[in-house]
Amino acid sequence: MPSAALPYLPWHKPALESGPVRLSSRRLYILPTRSGLVFALLLLGLLLGAINYGVSLVYLFTFWFVGLAVVAMLHTQRNLAGLVLRVATSAPVFAGETACFRLRVENPSRLPRQHIALRHALGGGAAGDIPAAGETLLELPLTQTERGWQRPGLFAIHGEFPLGLFRCWSVLELDWGVLVYPRPAADALPLPAADDDDSVERAPSRGEGMEFAGLRGYQPGDAPRRIAWKASARGGGKLLTKQFTSSAGQHLWLSWWQTPERDVEGRLSRLTRWVLDAHAAALVYGLKLPGRTLPPQTGEAHLRQCLEALARHGQA
Amino acid sequence: MTQLSVPPALLPLLWLLIPLLLVLVPHATHQPLWISLSWLLFALLSVQAARTGRQVVGRVLKMLLALAGAAGVLFHYGTVVGPAGGVALLTFLTGAKLLETNTPRDRLGLLFVGCFLLVAHFLDGQSPATAGYMAFAALALVAGMIATQRPDAAWRPTFALAARLLAQALPLALLIFLLFPRPQGPLWGLPQQVAARSGLSDRMSPGDISQLILSDELAFRAEFTGAPPPPRQRYWRGPVLWDFDGRAWHAATPPRGGPVAAVGIGQALRYSLILEAHGLHWLPLLGLPARLPELPGNPGRLGADLQWQTREPINQRLHYEVETYPEYQMEPELPPAWRARALTLPAEGNPRARELALGWLAGAANDEAIVNQALALFRAQAFFYTLNPPRLGASSVDDFLFRSRRGFCEHYASSFVFLMRAAGLPARVVTGYQGGEQNPLGNHLSVRGRDAHAWAEVWLAGRGWTRVDPTAAVAPARVERGVVAALPAGEHPSGLASLEGAWLRPLRLGLDLLNNRWNQWVLGYDQERQRQFLASLNPLLAHWQSMIWALAMGAALLVLALAASLWPRHANAHRDPASREYRRFRQALARRGIPPGPAEAPEDYARRASGLRPELGNEIKRITRLYLECRYGPAAPASLRELRAAVAAFRPRAATLKTAQPT
Repeated sequence: MPSAALPYLPWHKPALESGPVRLSSRRLYILPTRSGLVFALLLLGLLLGAINYGVSLVYLFTFWFVGLAVVAMLHTQRNLAGLVLRVATSAPVFAGETACFRLRVENPSRLPRQHIALRHALGGGAAGDIPAAGETLLELPLTQTERGWQRPGLFAIHGEFPLGLFRCWSVLELDWGVLVYPRPAADALPLPAADDDDSVERAPSRGEGMEFAGLRGYQPGDAPRRIAWKASARGGGKLLTKQFTSSAGQHLWLSWWQTPERDVEGRLSRLTRWVLDAHAAALVYGLKLPGRTLPPQTGEAHLRQCLEALARHGQA
Repeated sequence: MTQLSVPPALLPLLWLLIPLLLVLVPHATHQPLWISLSWLLFALLSVQAARTGRQVVGRVLKMLLALAGAAGVLFHYGTVVGPAGGVALLTFLTGAKLLETNTPRDRLGLLFVGCFLLVAHFLDGQSPATAGYMAFAALALVAGMIATQRPDAAWRPTFALAARLLAQALPLALLIFLLFPRPQGPLWGLPQQVAARSGLSDRMSPGDISQLILSDELAFRAEFTGAPPPPRQRYWRGPVLWDFDGRAWHAATPPRGGPVAAVGIGQALRYSLILEAHGLHWLPLLGLPARLPELPGNPGRLGADLQWQTREPINQRLHYEVETYPEYQMEPELPPAWRARALTLPAEGNPRARELALGWLAGAANDEAIVNQALALFRAQAFFYTLNPPRLGASSVDDFLFRSRRGFCEHYASSFVFLMRAAGLPARVVTGYQGGEQNPLGNHLSVRGRDAHAWAEVWLAGRGWTRVDPTAAVAPARVERGVVAALPAGEHPSGLASLEGAWLRPLRLGLDLLNNRWNQWVLGYDQERQRQFLASLNPLLAHWQSMIWALAMGAALLVLALAASLWPRHANAHRDPASREYRRFRQALARRGIPPGPAEAPEDYARRASGLRPELGNEIKRITRLYLECRYGPAAPASLRELRAAVAAFRPRAATLKTAQPT
């Protein structure tokens, strides 16, 4: 996308909408593209030539091209007219990564729609087609720098099909967003030891102090040190992972007050890193934030919960 | 590895190269070879660049190439603007631009230049075939434009869409073509387009007309408002030749001006005429014009000898309408100076002809008798009409009259006028066209080179200038049925004879009709014809202001209609018969105050509706079940029929509190 600035129409800011949005003709704007203006100049030149040389067929073909431009304008508008837009869930990302905002575009008509794309002041998405009476997910990849629930704000859906002489668009603001987790701290500090304030609990490091509970099949993401190499070798090449359960009072607590950093974002980054590491090591961990405590647990859902708590920290 | 299919990196380039080639190939036929060759070289280099993904030619080299091309065009044409030089330069530059065309916008721009070059063809020719080819090239250009949006699309739907766009654009194009006010005259200098072609000029030497007769080229077409005059009256007058130098006849220079001393007799006739460009000054005229039409930009005037001439040579096809009297009396009084000129003969030569004429003069009671004597000579002696006369000696008239006796119209006219002058009768040679083929399909006459003719005019006391056609005395068929009928068998010129094959004739006449309509309605649609045509539709339309109003309103209506017809239709609502029936059912319920919710599923709706109207519950449930079966179950025509019947029978009465209660 060479230029991705939003079109300047409409002049008033559109309202925030949540429900499905139907692109009625009053929502659609259409103007010639730069190529369209060049084409208009060409037509003017041809008309001058026709007048000067008095050649009828030059008139006829010039007017044919004029008609073509008008028809192309109608086609460009009908390519977008009547589409129904619904927000689709967008996968959470870490700050610094590119979030893919996804829009479910429904085509209730018999006319297949072609080459429609999303555009934002910070970037544009790839164009997609919507088959007749079908739907397509259009994507708007935007790089996220800040954590939290991020809304893309104003964006446009636009298309220049078929001839590229006109661009039809609609500027919208939908009630959608993506959850951006804090950027994980870059340097890998070891996980914290047991919290001094919390004498009962001792942080089990690397699975120490946990009771061996059994074996299960290897799953991607299991830490290498927890693979039962001997058992796997006996088991005929299939990798097995050791499972531990921690006895009560032997949880790893990842706490806001333990981080070496002292600023809010630094602490969140550090905690994010720790949460990821603890999850990778399949530890049972809890998260303590000011005003929020997540009890020790393990698993994917717990990871998501912790990351979300970190992402939304300090936000409504 | 090589693949059979086109590599994807090449596709955008092919969508660009093929339409451009379609446009440029016809230009290449009259451009210097180096332009075509360098264009092809550029095309190959750009293909190579697309395949390897590297630029083959650097920026400096590109600049140098563009400059070299401009210099070459300047050297060859002497200019880089104007129709020939400008088109050549643009052709070259499109080639050079291929080397740095990477973005869709670049490609679109090149296709625009292609549109320009396409239209430039019409400065060279405007035949229906050219127009057809160019329409195809335009289709390819539009397909190329679509492909700049999506080069990965298959060629067939792309062309189909391009054809649809062009077809939808056509009504608007025709509307603008008809109503856009045609302005007067050129904005800047017109190029010299037409070199003088073969045609009747102000000089007639032996063999001139026979050359013309051999050509099948169209001279003009004429369309009469009523019935066309009979063949023997179709004398299309051209240059009038006064002076004989012993071998060739010349026109009076300058032609005598002043009003024509002539009066029309009988009924006037109207005809419109489309004259092909012939590069000369004269216009054909049938009879005595009641009033000369205005010729925009090139005023004409009528000489006293009824020659209609324009100031500028006729370099473009010309369309005019004129009212004439086919019968007229011209110059009952002949001014002495012109009488003397009409009697002048070379001092010497052709003694036997002079002797013969003097003999007639001595024995004749009046002037008409002398004319009849001469015609009787042609009729009685063994004169033959042929396009291959033997060569004549120094005394050409004597040689023809007494030795060879073979010739065609110019020999007969020339010797006849010589005899008349020798006998003391003022006479002159008139050249022009005689006859013309009537096209039964279109009620117009096509007059071609082969209809070229020369005849004589004799001034008779009391009658003025009188037309005498000595050729008619020798070969009456020439006047009645045209030159092919008059020529002896075996002498039909190949170009004429082959066209007269019986089965080809309808085809040729059809083509001729098409050409005439084309000339009249497309090529000849100029300011004059536009005014006439629009005024015939509605007299209010004769002014350019009203044309613009009509154009604006017509275009607005057309665009609205087109927009309405293009508006995307809902996919399912009208297509699926079950949905249609179900919608009817919902409407029936809605009328009774139970409209469906915005996102209510059929079963939920049925439950709610039967709760509100328990007496209708069974019907509602049945219809809903049938609908769901038809819509989502396996195809079952029986249940659709059942659904249709059930919906037709479903007539819920208005629910009042009383009737809603079970009885």
